[in-house]
Amino acid sequence: MKRMLYSAKAAPYLFVLPFILTFGIFWAYPLVNSVIMSTQDILPGQVSSVGFANYERIAGDRLFWLAMGNSFRYMLLTLLILVPLPLALAVLVNSRITSSRLAGIFKSALFVPALTSVVVAGIVFRLMFSETETALMNQILGVFGLEPERWLRNDGTALVALLLLATWRWAGVNMMYFLAGLQAIPEEYYEAAAIDGANAWQRFWNITVPGMKPTIVYVLVISVYGGLAMFLESFMIFGGNNSPQNIGLTIVGYLYRQGIEKNDLGYASAVGVVLLVIILAINLVQLGATGAFKKEATR
Amino acid sequence: MSETRTMVAPGVETPAKRRHLGARTVTAIVLIVGTLIALVPFWAIFVGTFHDGNMLVRYGLNLGIDFSVANFDNWVMLFTNSGSYFTWFFNSLLLTAAQVVFTLLVSSFVAYGFAMYEFRFKTTLFILVIVLMTIPFEMLMLPLYVQTNNMGLSDSYAAVLLPFLAQATTIFFFRQYLLGVPREILEAGRIDGVTEFGIFFKLVLPIMTPAMAAMAILNGMASWNNFLWPLLVLRTPEKYTLPIGLNTLLTPYGNNYELLIVGAFFSIFPIMILFFAFQRFFIAGMTAGAVKG
Repeated sequence: MKRMLYSAKAAPYLFVLPFILTFGIFWAYPLVNSVIMSTQDILPGQVSSVGFANYERIAGDRLFWLAMGNSFRYMLLTLLILVPLPLALAVLVNSRITSSRLAGIFKSALFVPALTSVVVAGIVFRLMFSETETALMNQILGVFGLEPERWLRNDGTALVALLLLATWRWAGVNMMYFLAGLQAIPEEYYEAAAIDGANAWQRFWNITVPGMKPTIVYVLVISVYGGLAMFLESFMIFGGNNSPQNIGLTIVGYLYRQGIEKNDLGYASAVGVVLLVIILAINLVQLGATGAFKKEATR
Repeated sequence: MSETRTMVAPGVETPAKRRHLGARTVTAIVLIVGTLIALVPFWAIFVGTFHDGNMLVRYGLNLGIDFSVANFDNWVMLFTNSGSYFTWFFNSLLLTAAQVVFTLLVSSFVAYGFAMYEFRFKTTLFILVIVLMTIPFEMLMLPLYVQTNNMGLSDSYAAVLLPFLAQATTIFFFRQYLLGVPREILEAGRIDGVTEFGIFFKLVLPIMTPAMAAMAILNGMASWNNFLWPLLVLRTPEKYTLPIGLNTLLTPYGNNYELLIVGAFFSIFPIMILFFAFQRFFIAGMTAGAVKG
């Protein structure tokens, strides 16, 4: 028995066993359970099958679609900020004209916000975006002669607060990924291009961007994930899952509201299944379009 | 270009040199301004720790210290009369340490299997790893929550830790790193009579240090700051982690803002120490395990 376990034939399966167990117990089983629960009406001590009624309810649920809209809008806007900005900063930090000491300080300063918990970050941003004219963001408006804003009461200004929070926390992390990607591009490419007379902009588009494609894809995928899964930032900034006219309600927030706050597990499961299908579809398209699967299969 | 430069006497400004200097200055300004902006919220919360709670609720946070009212009361309170704060603090330390150690061990173990062996279903299994990387945990939290209750694990640290031991992103990263390690190490170990697992523990684990450092930082961050899942699982206030405990202080009446603000500020330090301790390995580790084309 012991010899069999130690053989080179059995070893690989034993190595990946923890993943198989984790996948089975904590992903596949709950997922199947979730699909079953989504066709049920679950009351304490009383479960009845309702077929597709929960899914029909989603179609006409105004709040669900509002939450979807909020999450997708947030995700797209974070993509527009959190991919190009960190990429540009990484190129800047990596550039030879930048003093390495300054670059080191900058890297640390930008990464440190990611070390704060969403609770801490949320408390600070909530208080910096207070309604009084003495709060930081209103002081800044005051410098430009503008009236104080009730930041967290209006859709547009609340979105600004959420996006600034996301940028503050994640720009440094994405910059680190890009910096790591930049190290993989051979220096000779740039030297050759410089000899051919390519300017900085041409070098960026023709060497840096293609060489960084895998990293860019990776950052895109995790940013889509992070954007659509956003909940706690909103939860902390608005001091709970309720915001004025639900301007801060996201899909995970709605899942939390239905499943935990209202304890309507059947309906919440249906919401969860719909979200999962949407996210899987987006990611399969993303990964398929970039050839990630094909590469893994032929490795 | 280089020819013209050699012909100019040293110290004479050429247009190219001037452009270079201009670019240097602009870059330096961008980096300095960026650094300052990133540090603004830290300064704001630091200043806040010297102000009264109801003042914070009424006026919000800004960057100035009002010396007429500033005091050390919040800091004194933190160390003398902070209720369960340090219980939560040590719970978080313990859970983070356990999570980092076990996740790194289990995930590198799995990654080694994927990187070093050929076996049936390997591709299928690895595609599953990639798919899991892209599914937000939050989407499955409700059924998982129901399941941990059914398994009798509610209100336990096991329930907080177990779902993340074989963590997809960490496995992926370690595998990338291990693909750079020659498989000959396996043959060499076998010839010397080391078992398959001995090869992993004795020969491979020691050379994974840079990758381990990078993942220790990322997993440590995630665990120290983990909020939603422990919030669902843990019921007993004595078992709370720091983020959950701090959140209980956040009431609409603002009656606990003193402890909240100073406690929130103080909670940043352990993870920051971890970061600065491992920072020099960080970029190297990230680079070695980075996604490659």
